[in-house]
Amino acid sequence: MGHIGKQTIVFKNPPVITCAYSSAGPKETEGPLGAYFDNKLEDELLGEDTWEKAESKLIKQTVQGLLNKANKKPEDIQYLFAGDLQNQVVASTFGLKDFNIPFFGLYGACSTMGESMSLASIMVAGGMADLVMAGTSSHYCAAEKQFRFPVEYGGQRALTQQWTVTASGFVLISRCGVGPKIEAITPGKIVDLGIKDAFNMGAAMAPAAVDTILAHLEDTKQKPSDFDAIITGDLGNCGADIAVDIANKLGVDLSSVFNDCGKLIFDDKNQDTHCGGSGCGCSGSVFAGYLYSQLSRRNLKKILLVPTGALMSPGSTQQGNTIPGIAHAVSIVMD
Amino acid sequence: MANIKQIKNEYQEIVKSHSPKNKVMQNSLRAFWVGGIICTVGQGLSNLYMYYGLSKDDASMVATVSLVLLSAIFTAFNIYDNIGKYGGAGALIPITGFANSMVSAAMEYKKEGYIYGMGAKLFTIAGPVIVFGTIASVIIGIIYYFV
Repeated sequence: MGHIGKQTIVFKNPPVITCAYSSAGPKETEGPLGAYFDNKLEDELLGEDTWEKAESKLIKQTVQGLLNKANKKPEDIQYLFAGDLQNQVVASTFGLKDFNIPFFGLYGACSTMGESMSLASIMVAGGMADLVMAGTSSHYCAAEKQFRFPVEYGGQRALTQQWTVTASGFVLISRCGVGPKIEAITPGKIVDLGIKDAFNMGAAMAPAAVDTILAHLEDTKQKPSDFDAIITGDLGNCGADIAVDIANKLGVDLSSVFNDCGKLIFDDKNQDTHCGGSGCGCSGSVFAGYLYSQLSRRNLKKILLVPTGALMSPGSTQQGNTIPGIAHAVSIVMD
Repeated sequence: MANIKQIKNEYQEIVKSHSPKNKVMQNSLRAFWVGGIICTVGQGLSNLYMYYGLSKDDASMVATVSLVLLSAIFTAFNIYDNIGKYGGAGALIPITGFANSMVSAAMEYKKEGYIYGMGAKLFTIAGPVIVFGTIASVIIGIIYYFV
């Protein structure tokens, strides 16, 4: 194991993603990837009385589902890395408190799936633990309420806006076992090209995604064609086009392998999401649901998962600040 | 290595070229007929109340109250947000839009308590309308006084 190049870690004993479990809300389940989600929610409240409590229950169901699927008990899991979009990551706190697993709460905005998987794999590959859990969630209504308007407010959404998904994904990362392996990670830098429009998050995050992807390719001396797919977290339709365009301007052609979880999760023509999906749960559930199954069936043999986050708060944009982005790359191979 | 900062100057232009454009004509037409229907309903109610014997001023006031009530009901049944999505400013500018902004906030924040939740956050969206509406009416009142 070791640090190579500018910002990449390559694992000599790559940790194994032995199990993955995803939950998704009604709108997400109706999307093109609906069949791949393990836990399909029938309503957005999950029987709770607030959106926030519903997200905690979503996390609880996903973690319990993962434990059941992997035939493990909470005490088998040594550490847990997770986070969400709610202020002070309380969705994770209340969703995870009853499992009694040592917990690292993370905030990486929508890049949390990449951040949690990176840290978990460092811990496992570094010999500090044998079995660690990583994951994240987001909830459309909780995010609307916190970042934008009350859910029933009759405003028009901008065409560049994306739809925060109600979904969660968790994975088990193990020292040994069967499954796709995390062979390298490239933690991203905070990248700010001056976007201030909170209704165009894809544009705010695209430069960070490209920065991390190019850093990973350079550090590991690979080309885009060495991957079956390079998949960003939630750039959405507009952000994904921008990312391919600016990578091209910087001399790297990503177009043949590039895709985005926010583009994959919804059918924008029929589901009226405008620019696709977003939220921590977007890359979380698309990886734990769709991509993990594609890797397991060897339909994909090597992917670079690049969850992307917009680092802002409603207050920071109202005060005129820009919206910096971040993206963490996780290189996953299936032997 | 290629540095992402080197495209900073042209980045706003790149974003603009990839961002979907608003359909101004279609949005304007929708706002026109949705707003027009809401105002026609208001006028219809006003005429109805006058037919039943209310004075013109009283009928206008009761018609306004009726529109607010209708908007509150439509918001509570998850319908008004769809009207707003379709009609845009046509659904937001009439008093029904104002009622929707308050009822939607009340629905969202009542779980945080009646004082610190609903009471404190009821005017989250409507607040600026009241503040600047009041300021504008004071300025117009002063002008009216002197003219």
